[in-house]
Amino acid sequence: MPDFPEVRLHVVTGKGGTGKTTVAAALALALASGGKKVLLVEVEGRQGIAQLFDTPPLTYDETRVAVAPDGGDVHALSIDPEYALLDYLHMFYKLSRTGVAARTLRRIGAIEFATTIAPGLRDVLLTGKVKEAVVRRSKSGAYAYDAVVLDAPPTGRIARFLNISSEISGLAKVGPLRTQSDGVMAVLRSPQTAVHLVTLLEEMPVQETLDGVRDLQLIGLPVGGVVVNAVRAPLLHPADLLAAESGSLDTAALASGMEKAGLDAPDALVASLAAEAGDHAVRVALEERGRDALGALERHSYELPLLPDTVDLGGLYELAGLLREQGLA
Amino acid sequence: MSRDSRTAFDVDHLLDTAQIVVCTGSGGVGKTTTAASLALRAAERGRRTVVLTIDPAKRLAQSMGLSELDNTPRRVQGVDPAGGGSLDAMMLDMKRTFDEIVLTHAEGDKATQILENPFYQALSSSFAGTQEYMAMEKLGQLKATGDYDLIVVDTPPTRSALDFLDAPERLTTFLDGRMIRILLAPAKAGGKAYLKVVSTGFNVFTSVITKIIGAQVLQDVSQFIGALETMFGGFRERAQATYDLLKAPGTAFVVVAAPERDALREASYFVERLEQESMPLAGLVVNRVHRSAGTTLTAERSVAAAQQLEAGGGHELAAAVLRLHADRVALSARERRLQERFSSAHPGVPVVEVAAQPGDVHDLDGLRSVGDDLASGSAAAVPA
Repeated sequence: MPDFPEVRLHVVTGKGGTGKTTVAAALALALASGGKKVLLVEVEGRQGIAQLFDTPPLTYDETRVAVAPDGGDVHALSIDPEYALLDYLHMFYKLSRTGVAARTLRRIGAIEFATTIAPGLRDVLLTGKVKEAVVRRSKSGAYAYDAVVLDAPPTGRIARFLNISSEISGLAKVGPLRTQSDGVMAVLRSPQTAVHLVTLLEEMPVQETLDGVRDLQLIGLPVGGVVVNAVRAPLLHPADLLAAESGSLDTAALASGMEKAGLDAPDALVASLAAEAGDHAVRVALEERGRDALGALERHSYELPLLPDTVDLGGLYELAGLLREQGLA
Repeated sequence: MSRDSRTAFDVDHLLDTAQIVVCTGSGGVGKTTTAASLALRAAERGRRTVVLTIDPAKRLAQSMGLSELDNTPRRVQGVDPAGGGSLDAMMLDMKRTFDEIVLTHAEGDKATQILENPFYQALSSSFAGTQEYMAMEKLGQLKATGDYDLIVVDTPPTRSALDFLDAPERLTTFLDGRMIRILLAPAKAGGKAYLKVVSTGFNVFTSVITKIIGAQVLQDVSQFIGALETMFGGFRERAQATYDLLKAPGTAFVVVAAPERDALREASYFVERLEQESMPLAGLVVNRVHRSAGTTLTAERSVAAAQQLEAGGGHELAAAVLRLHADRVALSARERRLQERFSSAHPGVPVVEVAAQPGDVHDLDGLRSVGDDLASGSAAAVPA
């Protein structure tokens, strides 16, 4: 049984460099397995999803990018504020997306102007499109997507990005935009949504995660799980870790083991191996402190290993499997 | 040694001669630590240095005596004064920097009017691009004091290093006010001929945008821009002057990356962009590089030996250490491949590596040790 059975919108955030996009993609694959249909969305125009899945750059059309291991599809979409505004004008003001008016607006930079003058407008448009995908139903009345995964802006900006209603408070008080933002906020605050935070077991990312959870809670958004990425398994016994950290590793035992395995064990090599074990021990101790700090959050937490190579599709399937095993999907 | 295939980065020469060093790179690669290490090293080499940081880790900030974000350079204690240099550090407060510009250029009522304008408040605290713009503004101010031989700038944590160059342009284009003038006074001369061409789209735009954004916001924006114009006769000139500083002799960019695919790709984009803009690139810092001293033992042999010990039982310590070693050698090889890819695409770019620290850097000794690594490619450095 997954930990978030009711959630249909999984928002994935994390500090830059923590692997947020990779985790979002793996989560989408995990949610799709078993014949489900999942939409993976990016909003920062980075084309990170296309790079991960090795597909052509995403457009404003929802495209299938991967098939889950036992059936199920992952579709992907890159939401661009300019296109989202045209989409919005089309929906509420019947302005053709490709007509003269739309082209002119684009040419004179009016769209950038409008999204610049009211930064909140940009976020309403982006999240509005995400919400539309979450609530969309097919002709049969079933949801078009079983789940939507949003590769969201980084932890430092996530609360502001999702806090649509306060962002547009300075804008029009009535009309379709207000209705739109209220609708978005209702979905974001509902049990259908969870905001997951990706972190590494390092000082800055852990601190940002703690701050991010606090900010999200302050504005009443549902915090989901904490995904700890790039974890290295401690290979040494606790006693050996302590010894390695203090530089008193049993080098005689190490050398004799190496010789037993048929290796030469000159002192210099033994010393550099012991030093590597020392670095590992320091790092494990640091990770332990990070884990303790995250533990205070009392959230579901998931750990993904540091993959030996750059993440490709095979790596994504592996991570997706681990997320399923641990109950995030 | 594969190091020989690329140009060494003479960091000490840079620190001894440059007037402005801008550290840039994508988020999470250790820009702030690099900037602080460079500044400390320059100071201890005898230069009066200031480092402008944007968002340092709490403990790193404390180690430099930056307990509060007060937008004023503070002397860092514990710096070796033997060479006659000094180190100041400050954290950027973008809103306060913007406020200061307004207060410097506008008189009493006018300044209050701007500072209280709701649109100004939103712009100065949250507009994407304001932080980048204000970092440059502060750089210009520090330069103008004449108090420093060298200013080291850390750039804001954006997803892309390019944002640092593009954001100020976006902000000034916007503040230039052409759009807002057209929008608010469509009948006025100047905009008329233009409007004829665009009228179909424009009428829809005007009515829809007014509906969406609200007339009040447009009013605030218009007042704000009007006030700004009387202040300095165009934001663009001001921005241009600051921007030119980045191209001036004595300025150099240091691109920071981690030995990972995405970070190095961003570094590539940035290097290409600097070339296009004729901005001087000093070199690339590859941070958090994993090295292994025990190169005589390959990853394959190490794993095989570990497996043999595991199968035979006993010798658990040796088996575990051999596995660690194999992982480390493999990681090191992968990082080297990624770097070589970068260097073959940008053969002329000087590169220096900084070893991964097992823990976080949060004191001056840690910064000094990073500084030593940074200078390892310098002419004066003795080859090991």
